[in-house]
Amino acid sequence: MITVEHIHKSFGDKPVLKDVSYTFETGKTNLIIGESGSGKTVLMKSIVGLIVPDSGDIKYDGRLFSQMNGNEKRKLRYEMGMLFQGGALFDFMTVEDNVKFPLDMFTDRTEAEKRERVQFCLHRVNLTDAHKKMPSELSGGMIKRVAIARAISLNPRYLFCDEPNSGLDPRTAGLIDELIEEITAEYNITTIINTHDMNSVLKIGTTVAFIYKGNLWWQGDKKSILNTDNQELNDFVFAMELTKRLKK
Amino acid sequence: MKWLSEIGEYCLFLKSVFTRPIKWRIFFKRLVNEMQLIGIDSLLIIMVIATFTGAVAVIQTAFNIDTPWIPKSLIGFTARQALILEFCPTILSLILAGKVGSLIASEVGTMRVTEQIDAMDIMGINSASFLVLPKIVAALLFFPILIILSIGFALLGGYLVTVFTDLLTVAEYVDGLHLDFNPFSVGYSMIKTVVFAFLITSISGFHGYRIRGGALEVGQASTRAVVDSSIFIIIFNLILTQLLLS
Ligand SMILES: Nc1ncnc2c1ncn2[C@@H]1O[C@H](COP(=O)(O)OP(=O)(O)O)[C@@H](O)[C@H]1O
Ligand SMILES: [Mg+2]
Repeated sequence: MITVEHIHKSFGDKPVLKDVSYTFETGKTNLIIGESGSGKTVLMKSIVGLIVPDSGDIKYDGRLFSQMNGNEKRKLRYEMGMLFQGGALFDFMTVEDNVKFPLDMFTDRTEAEKRERVQFCLHRVNLTDAHKKMPSELSGGMIKRVAIARAISLNPRYLFCDEPNSGLDPRTAGLIDELIEEITAEYNITTIINTHDMNSVLKIGTTVAFIYKGNLWWQGDKKSILNTDNQELNDFVFAMELTKRLKK
Repeated sequence: MKWLSEIGEYCLFLKSVFTRPIKWRIFFKRLVNEMQLIGIDSLLIIMVIATFTGAVAVIQTAFNIDTPWIPKSLIGFTARQALILEFCPTILSLILAGKVGSLIASEVGTMRVTEQIDAMDIMGINSASFLVLPKIVAALLFFPILIILSIGFALLGGYLVTVFTDLLTVAEYVDGLHLDFNPFSVGYSMIKTVVFAFLITSISGFHGYRIRGGALEVGQASTRAVVDSSIFIIIFNLILTQLLLS
């Protein structure tokens, strides 16, 4: 469980997050939704500590992030996996070495043990024949799979996904969503997903937080989102032609 | 005032670069890799430029010391001094600032804008150190080798001039090379080289590391890396020349 309390963040004099408080639940896919530029990425990066919020608290299962010392923060980092918008695979390494990288850096396992773990993770994301490829040779969907494999290689307790299916075709996007949902349930991970894709919301939105201009505007789940009378959320949900027609 | 805060930022960057690697084995692997990229891959351009510079230095000197009562061996002597003390360390470092500096800034900058650096940070890796330290160490180790080689090729370039022209004879040239040779001049050249190597790699790494944005910013970072490294090479060249020769 990850709790954020009263998070504020401005860049210069431009406020991006305004007093956001929310709880992300364990073993569930917790979605943060909102238009482009609404502050989803800034919120996620504040939670993981890549951005330091101006004020507010972040608690990992009760542990206050801002009060951890260097060593505790480092330990917490081993419990985190993150999937970046563009994949962020290390482009100077093969697929296999990308997944092996966290194991190389942070474990004292033997080469054979590490290879076995890499094999397991790549198999888990249904990639079996890309071990020796470089990231530049992969399709968008494959990049996301490798990124997931890398994110889970150290058995994280917390998984963060920034727009996991942006730039993918609907079918592949659906498969990536399913994969994240399965992994979350299988290993009881606290998963947070940023998205503006209504397909994902309706499919894996176990909990949904709607960010509007830096405010937490609405919270609920994939069922309640269709019957809301919140104007801004309605505009967001029914922006797509398909959902508009469904409503009629 | 902007430059003042940038220098502060640069110092903080250096502080995080110079931390102990988590795994030495991985550090050495990266070091070898960087030596290849920074060092070996610069060999050809260094050889070509040094040879031509050496040849031109000898021709210039010969045309300017064209008086019967100055012995021709002084041409070899003057060219040697100029090449070892200034041309090789400074001019070739400026060339390397262009080649290696832009390479480093664009590589690190690309990793920044594609969030690869964020990916390292979130794993708990000190990305500044992981990425930039091997580059700095590789340059500190390899640039002196490159500059020694360049001195050799520059003197060879001068030699070729004596063979293919009748400005002076091979014997006069070789005499000049031996004349009053003080090994400290090579040491002096190496001190300069090491300082320049540090400036080039750290400044370029800094410019790549600090950017935000996209492909456009990567290009700008790469340009700034080359411009700033060159300026600081020139400034430090003046300071070092004054310090070391006085
Ligand atoms: N490092 C930064 N410096 C200044 N402004 C930023 C920075 N990161 C994000 N922003 C601004 O914050 C706002 C929210 O961005 P972001 O969280 O990326 O939106 P999204 O919801 O699309 O992920 C945007 O207006 C963006 O320009
Ligand atoms: Mg975003």
